Amino acid sequence: MASLVGSRVERKEDKRFLTGKGRYTADINLANQTYAIFVRSPHARASIKKLNIDKALKSSGVVSILTGKEIADDKIGGLIAGWAIRSEDGTEMKCPGNPPLAKDNVNFVGDPVAVVIAESLAEAKEAAEKVEVDYKVLKAVTSTADAMNGDTIHEGIDKNLCFDWLLGDRQKVKEAFDKADKVISIDIINNRLIPNAMEPRACVADYNAASEEITLYTTSQNPHLSRLIMSAFGNVAPEHKLRVVAPDVGGGFGSKINVYNEDIVCSWAAKKINRAIKWVAERSESFLTDIHGRDHVTHAELAVTKDGKFLGFKNETIANLGAYARVFGTVTPTYLFGPCATGVYEIPAAYTNVKAVYTNTAPVDAYRGAGRPEATYTIERLVEKASMELGIDKTELRIKNFPTAFPFKQTLVHTVDSGDYVAGMEKAKQMADYKGFEARRKESEAKGKLRGIGVTSYFEACGIAPSAAVMSLGCGVGLWESAEVRFNPTGQVTVYTGSHSHGQSHQTTFAQIAADELGVPIENIDIVHGDTDKGTFGMGTYGSRSLAVGGIAIVNACKKIVEKGKRVTAKMLEANPEDVEFKDGEFIVSKSNKKKTIGEVAFACYLPGVRDEMKSPLPEGDEPGLKETSFYDPSNFSFPAGTHIAEVEIDPETGHVKLEKYTACDDFGRIINPMVVEGQVHGGLAQGIGQALYENAEYDETGQLMTGSYMDYTMPRADNFPEFNIGYTCTHATTNPLGVKGCGEAGAIAAPPTVMNAVIDALGGQEVTMPATAEKVWKACKNLKKSNAKAA
Amino acid sequence: MKYFNYHSAKDSKEASKLASSSSAFLAGGMTTIPSMKLGLATYKDLIDIKNIKKLSGIKVSGKSVTIGAATKHVEVSNSKDVKKAIPSLSSLAEGIGDPQVRNRGTIGGSIANNDPSADYPSACIALNATIHTNERKIEAAKFFKGMFETALKKGELIEAIEFQIPEKSSYQKHPNPASRYAIVGVYVAKHKGDVNVAVTGAKSCVYNDKEMSKALLGNFSSSSIDGMDLDSSEMNSDMHASADFRASLVVTQAKKAVDAC
Repeated sequence: MASLVGSRVERKEDKRFLTGKGRYTADINLANQTYAIFVRSPHARASIKKLNIDKALKSSGVVSILTGKEIADDKIGGLIAGWAIRSEDGTEMKCPGNPPLAKDNVNFVGDPVAVVIAESLAEAKEAAEKVEVDYKVLKAVTSTADAMNGDTIHEGIDKNLCFDWLLGDRQKVKEAFDKADKVISIDIINNRLIPNAMEPRACVADYNAASEEITLYTTSQNPHLSRLIMSAFGNVAPEHKLRVVAPDVGGGFGSKINVYNEDIVCSWAAKKINRAIKWVAERSESFLTDIHGRDHVTHAELAVTKDGKFLGFKNETIANLGAYARVFGTVTPTYLFGPCATGVYEIPAAYTNVKAVYTNTAPVDAYRGAGRPEATYTIERLVEKASMELGIDKTELRIKNFPTAFPFKQTLVHTVDSGDYVAGMEKAKQMADYKGFEARRKESEAKGKLRGIGVTSYFEACGIAPSAAVMSLGCGVGLWESAEVRFNPTGQVTVYTGSHSHGQSHQTTFAQIAADELGVPIENIDIVHGDTDKGTFGMGTYGSRSLAVGGIAIVNACKKIVEKGKRVTAKMLEANPEDVEFKDGEFIVSKSNKKKTIGEVAFACYLPGVRDEMKSPLPEGDEPGLKETSFYDPSNFSFPAGTHIAEVEIDPETGHVKLEKYTACDDFGRIINPMVVEGQVHGGLAQGIGQALYENAEYDETGQLMTGSYMDYTMPRADNFPEFNIGYTCTHATTNPLGVKGCGEAGAIAAPPTVMNAVIDALGGQEVTMPATAEKVWKACKNLKKSNAKAA
Repeated sequence: MKYFNYHSAKDSKEASKLASSSSAFLAGGMTTIPSMKLGLATYKDLIDIKNIKKLSGIKVSGKSVTIGAATKHVEVSNSKDVKKAIPSLSSLAEGIGDPQVRNRGTIGGSIANNDPSADYPSACIALNATIHTNERKIEAAKFFKGMFETALKKGELIEAIEFQIPEKSSYQKHPNPASRYAIVGVYVAKHKGDVNVAVTGAKSCVYNDKEMSKALLGNFSSSSIDGMDLDSSEMNSDMHASADFRASLVVTQAKKAVDAC
């Protein structure tokens, strides 16, 4: 039987998506449901003097209006930061309370203060406009760089500082810098982004008064975690009385990891009014209240010798958390960022210092890449600058500092099990025709255009998060994954996974893995996810963990099935279990060549008795049935890596940047489905290039979001991109049985520095901040013309 | 919920009769409907004019192209007659908004709204258009009065736009990367004995740049406007482009347009 792993199996989920049969949260309608509209703060920072719902209550169709007072009276808990971070001085991080409905203070535009529940959506909207809130508007803090100098947002949190965290050794770094021939330094802004999943957030909450169960349908990347948080911290219901279902979900990119205010409020309110409640975000609510991403201000320095050897690195970053610290808010700029700060290089001394600050903006949390794009952007911009200042070719300088052997023990944290960075660089150069660039640059010059080439070599830590590794870093939570593989008596297989697919194609790729492991046709395998009533606990999907963690749990559960199958076959065929081999769905007794198919074995496991026969096919000690579970906790992260090369052409008259060529050469370890991986690479690149050239979330000084719609927030479109040139090198991960690494975030991590390095190369080394908009580039072109004229 | 009365008029006369101080004509609804949804505009009556047959269609004579007010952008961009007579008008229509907008939005709606960044007003100025209403004929140069302001009186309905066929012409726009509206759009048209350089997006209302027109009338070559330093004091300035950048773009887009003629 040919292996399915590695082949372009067509997506099983496409039939339903392409024929309009997907079932998203907004598609769910329950009998007698009501509709919720949230009343939100129009101010970035204010105290609530008075909230009057009398008029609104009289509005037609209103069922109930609930405010921060009721939610506090019912002792419903607030939203939480999932990871505890300790400052350099040993103090614990400082987090403010974040009630699902604000009672006394609002801290960003969009912070909800009340929910209006009515018989129809139109009536809910009309009534919401009649809720009167008297705010005392306070001075907002909106700038990341100046947040520590602003008014105190949350009582008791001085300088708006959540933590001041250090990873690395300042003294060693100082010594390294003292020995340096040259220090390259850079100031960087990692621009704030809005995730913009195609499907806006939504939830439908239902309450069954007889069983006292709440069912919440919601747009989540991790329904099991949502239930845990809502139960343990939100006090909404005990876990066994709360079912969370995340049906088809139209994109997450990290923005749907969090439990949101609306999830908690609707679940709580459904019980209170004893009716189902539906809420669907409008796009403008998504802009305002989905978590945002990135938003770092960084100063970094690299100490080098004159022949280009890296000696030391320091990174001083201010990370904006927004108004509140949410689930991955504190870990994103620390453990997902700091350990990757030195990139793919051997740098003997390094440290990363992060000051995480609160501002009156939407909460900032994990967005595709989460911490690693920020880390990669800094080191790769710095290395590119070093190559310019040292006059060493950008690819040679990188190769000079690549590790020469694996496992590669990095200075800060990680031990990278496998990779071949030189091979990746060489292949990328070949794919991009790096040698031919100079000729292309001259061609552009002849047309009056500026051409630049940019390179990035990156690695990332995926498959979050091995318990042992994160616990050694001081975190209390490891992130394993579970899988359950169930055979039906007639031979089909259902795989329950704790991972969640919201575009990742698990229904196909996980089935490919199980089909190979069990020798069962892929048509006979179903993947079930996204429902806390189906399958055991799981951690969900983010951080490129589904395959490297969730996929391995499936492999391990399948292996347990095969082990039991061998024992059953041995009993049935009167052989020793050690003599039974399993191949392509058949158990074969090596000595006699007698065999049983896995279907026959499954049938026997469920119906062990044969009429008129005394013996059972089940060995002593084995229970009937064929179902196995695995909880897989990886021994280490996985470390995809690669080199990307971009070429841009700039029109100096208009500042327009045209991305001419983009080459991505990645090492993702073993690839399960090349078609799916290409899709992931394309999507990641679109978001990464979007950050470099187009996307920017901008608040004005009063905390109003200036880019609150697609009229002003530039989402990249297909015509912004060239045909992507994609290739791979492959070294298998040694830390998991499939040899897989993860591919979901690579594009978003590598593309921003690759494109910006190309833009800045074209501009003769002039720094431009992301996104490199036409006006910024036009100004730089004018400066370049002036300085060229001066030089001449 | 914003309540309003919906009327579907069968001819211009009925549409005009239904109009009041709190009504709006509805064609494609590409601006009216979102404005109402966002609470920026409220009307008691919406008078749908899409079903008035006389308002749709394209007629080409030797000297002019006449387009009915309720003709959709997609119909203009796909029309072989328009492509042949004034190719730049066809490509302008092809570059408006996105496919959804082009399949609903109409030329009359765009002109009546007179968004400072809309594409069509520049075509009207450059191509010496005559705006035919149910009451009169208005020259384009006198039609566009200011930001979202036109010479239309309450209840007056645009029926068609008549464009003069130029010797050569081109429309070049530097789009807002997000909305794809014009940050600056320049429509250059060379008529017999006359050159128009119509600029949209740069100021509060579309205008004919006399300085460039004059230079191009003397010598219809991009070199005659190269390096021209336009006064930016009345230019728009926003998060997408400063006034100085717009001033520079007006010249570069005009040069591009001349080169493309």
